[in-house]
Amino acid sequence: MTRIVGVDLPNEKRGEIGLTYIFGIGKSNAGKILDKAGIDRDMKVKDWSDDQLNIIRKILNDEYKLEGELRSETQMNIKRLMDIGSYRGIRHRIGMPVRGQNTKNNARTRKGRRKTIANKKKATK
Amino acid sequence: MSRSLKKGPFIDYKIEKRILEMNKSGKKKVVKTWSRRSMISPDFVGHTVAVHNGNKFIPVYITENMVGHKLGEFAPTRIFRGHGGKER
Repeated sequence: MTRIVGVDLPNEKRGEIGLTYIFGIGKSNAGKILDKAGIDRDMKVKDWSDDQLNIIRKILNDEYKLEGELRSETQMNIKRLMDIGSYRGIRHRIGMPVRGQNTKNNARTRKGRRKTIANKKKATK
Repeated sequence: MSRSLKKGPFIDYKIEKRILEMNKSGKKKVVKTWSRRSMISPDFVGHTVAVHNGNKFIPVYITENMVGHKLGEFAPTRIFRGHGGKER
């Protein structure tokens, strides 16, 4: 088990994949970090030496916004939209899709589970 | 896709002119506009703009946070009054 930036514990996986367990790092960023640290992308997380770990930690610290900090930034951005009363903010407030998607069907991710209405009339031919 | 930086923000000539005029003379009057497509520039801050929503003009007080958004974003064009219900 290796610990980087607080909570994250990647494991038996390749370094490139292990790093993506950190919120804010996807595969492409993970690759860039390892290249910059001069570590082979295919090296397993458990095989990293302490020195290499420190290099990675330093890069993460200096150049990336991660985990809690990143989450709060996202929240702040959404809050800003809501506070200025823009269309996007309103959509966030009522939990509907924000980017102009159709809402006649689907859109379940934003709207949540279907709320079935009892005795709803089926369209008659 | 966002707009090319080379072009700069789009602001309808007429409304920009009126805002700049008001800034110069220090007056504050509500400006009516149909130009929902205009970007809010820093000059607009502190003014009230009445933005048309297709039916009537919605007064929008511009704050600093709104810079960079379009006027139309602040004047909703649809009113949702809830679904169904038995015979209204």
